[in-house]
Amino acid sequence: MYDVAIIGAGVTGSAIARYLSRYQVKACVIEREEDVCDGTSKANSAIVHAGFDAHPGSLKAKMNVRGSEMMEDLSKELDFPYDRNGSLVVATKDQDASLLDKLAEQGRENGVKDIRILDEKELKEMEPNLADDVVKALYAPTGAIVCPFNLTIALAENAADNGVEFFLNTTVEKVERDGDHYRIETDGKVIEAKAVVNAAGVYADAINNMVSTHKYHIIPRRGQYKLLDKTAGKHVRRTIFQLPSKMGKGVLVSPTVHGNLIVGPTAEDIDDKEGINTTSEGLDSLSRTAALSVKNVPLYEVITSFAGLRAHEEGGDFVLGEAEDAPNFFNALGIESPGLSSAPAIGEYLSDLVAEKLGLEKNPNFNGKRKGILDPSKLSMEERNELIKKNPAYGQIICRCEMITEGQILDAIHRTLGARSLDGVKRRTRAGMGRCQAGFCSPRTMEILEREVPMSAFDVTKTGGKSKLVIGYNKRV
Amino acid sequence: MKNYDLVIVGGGPAGLAAAISARDNGIQDILIIERDDRLGGILNQCIHNGFGLHTFKEELTGPEYAQRYIDQVLERGIDYKLNTMVMDISPDKKVTAMNREDGMFVIPAKAVILAMGCRERPRGALNIPGYRPAGIYSAGTAQRLVNIEGYMPGKKVVILGSGDIGLIMARRMTLEGAEVKVVAEIMPYSGGLKRNIVQCLDDFGIPLKLSHTVVDIEGKERVEAVTIAEVDDHMKPIPGTEERYECDTLLLSVGLLPENELSRQSGVELSRVHKGPVVNDALETNVEGIFACGNVLHVHDLVDFVSQEATQAGKNAAAYISHGEKKAKRVVKLNPVDGVRYTVPEFVRPEEMDDTVTVRFRVGAVYKNAAVCTYFGDKCVARRKKQIFAPGEMEQVVLKKADLLADPDLKEITLKIEEA
Repeated sequence: MYDVAIIGAGVTGSAIARYLSRYQVKACVIEREEDVCDGTSKANSAIVHAGFDAHPGSLKAKMNVRGSEMMEDLSKELDFPYDRNGSLVVATKDQDASLLDKLAEQGRENGVKDIRILDEKELKEMEPNLADDVVKALYAPTGAIVCPFNLTIALAENAADNGVEFFLNTTVEKVERDGDHYRIETDGKVIEAKAVVNAAGVYADAINNMVSTHKYHIIPRRGQYKLLDKTAGKHVRRTIFQLPSKMGKGVLVSPTVHGNLIVGPTAEDIDDKEGINTTSEGLDSLSRTAALSVKNVPLYEVITSFAGLRAHEEGGDFVLGEAEDAPNFFNALGIESPGLSSAPAIGEYLSDLVAEKLGLEKNPNFNGKRKGILDPSKLSMEERNELIKKNPAYGQIICRCEMITEGQILDAIHRTLGARSLDGVKRRTRAGMGRCQAGFCSPRTMEILEREVPMSAFDVTKTGGKSKLVIGYNKRV
Repeated sequence: MKNYDLVIVGGGPAGLAAAISARDNGIQDILIIERDDRLGGILNQCIHNGFGLHTFKEELTGPEYAQRYIDQVLERGIDYKLNTMVMDISPDKKVTAMNREDGMFVIPAKAVILAMGCRERPRGALNIPGYRPAGIYSAGTAQRLVNIEGYMPGKKVVILGSGDIGLIMARRMTLEGAEVKVVAEIMPYSGGLKRNIVQCLDDFGIPLKLSHTVVDIEGKERVEAVTIAEVDDHMKPIPGTEERYECDTLLLSVGLLPENELSRQSGVELSRVHKGPVVNDALETNVEGIFACGNVLHVHDLVDFVSQEATQAGKNAAAYISHGEKKAKRVVKLNPVDGVRYTVPEFVRPEEMDDTVTVRFRVGAVYKNAAVCTYFGDKCVARRKKQIFAPGEMEQVVLKKADLLADPDLKEITLKIEEA
């Protein structure tokens, strides 16, 4: 019997697990994919919003501002890439620029620090590539960018290191109350827990509706993105948002924490909760819309495009807390933007709620620190040579675009909750995330996985399940 | 670390030929740096024949062709390092590289030859919509899996792009027992060699659909189907022309890009058209003492021409090391227009150039019954007719030093395609 079972190992579930591990608790996380960070958490804008967007008083506003405050310290404790690059919401000359003042007011009410309005001159000195029509902007210096993969992975690893169990490749099929606890049927084992935390992303409505009469309805809202080569990464320094207009909600143009440029997202309500396909209309619209705020975006430098699904709940706000008619069943539901920004705050808030309800004691052995995968490019040549002498795998480049060594890939495979697929390696190390998009390193990484896990070449997948990379031998003549 | 006069980045056909030539022109201390575990570069996975017709008057496989050059490198005792990645080349020619045994090390070179080859354009660069399942490979990655690792990436295949590797892989996959359903090409002509279309598609009854592209990829885990559609003159898909193919694999052969990240770091100027360094008649870049040859300079059609070009680069680098930079008395610009997309080199130095210089280029479209014309100023000095010029094949024009010396006021040489 577990004290707590968390359903979903995205950024929200992983954050709840990590903060829950501050308590003495027997907890587990159940994830249907083969890895953590394999749903919405891996396909979003990778932004830590400052917190002026959400309506004052909403959970979104509260969690966003708190999460944004927590994120920098957390990035040091858990060793994941974070950069407080600042953000701008820009208005063009035919837009109602007074909306920016309202937004600023809302931000101040939400408790966002240091926001101010910039005039055209100051603005264009700051960001020379803003579109000529841009005349005014709201500047939020606390806006930031983050690596969503390593944020999520770090939270999960740290939770696991503090005793939380992870069941990957495990799909929840049924949740029911059984006397004083919950019985969770999966496609494998049955898991029993005193309390359940529902962090199931776009499927959180289905999980809630299994145990509560208060029904929720989540609409998958698709966002398509283009990611540009690092040669385009300095086109803007800050994250550039658009004011909503009759053209729609607008898209952002932002550097990523790894030095690429990201353009997106679209916003399309769809029916399919697995509908992470891009469309030609969606991708085309990004190019048009981005030009409204940033000029000369070098879209010919695109290296990949992708889509993610935001878990939009019809009520419009996060649903956080215990279900009224299902004791010890806690929801983290409707976690769309600013979900990534809010994750640490949601983790803290919900874990405290659960702990209070179950009367959990503090865990005196909790270690909140986690060391990320070593990035040798940050070392001096002497340090690097010391490292290679100790472990020659750090002298062998596997991914030529991102210059990722075999040493880093070995670390990714052998650490807590280690990578078991090409995408698992990619999200942890960036091998395969560069301009050739894994054309060069795929066969090499496959070989390393095969040798180190170990596993048959025919079981190596792109991202688990049936995503096998090779189907058999050639004729071997 | 030993000192080297010449560092050659890349041990493929370009690097090998350049090394041999530099040694034969008197340079003793040469180091070839190769990132793979053997010399020969991409030729090692090109197990089909057809290499070396120009050079050796016989049809060799890729590994056989490479071996002829590897043998010459070994005979000459030229140093090389395998499994070694060049991390940086500075403008003053300090080459930083890394491997397991030596760690990270710096070699101050007198001259550097860039011979890094090219890489394939990935799916992402094309904005192909759809899912992102397993089973989408660039043709070259699939070629490595099949020919080097011995694995089959799939058994029902659609190929996008009719570049030579895609055509070769259509045949390879068929011979290995897979079914290649169709090759779609967005352009109205193939990007590959005519002989490959005949030998790799026609001979196996594989349809080539020109002016077609992929408009959807289905399959959440592994590719399940690919939809292609005809495109209009602006390369936009025409609604109603969609055809859906059930398959488990999509191979992409949609263009090659010279791999110039290192060149850029060293301050080498790159061409916007052929994406390789801008060079003079000596194949020297704007950075003194840094030369370029092979597919890193511009993508070639036949390896024979890579070897020829690299031999030139090796000889010129040797002259630079022995005699230093010759200051150009004057520079004549090459001006590609009317169907000629670019030229390599971009300019020549009449007083310093060799007796002849081969100018290589590609055309931008298919031209039938046309001629490539060379103009000194506005005077046509040479005209070579051909039944067909195609973008898939590299063309060349040979300039004679004597002709250029005879025209002391010459500022510009124009190359163009005219009706024959």
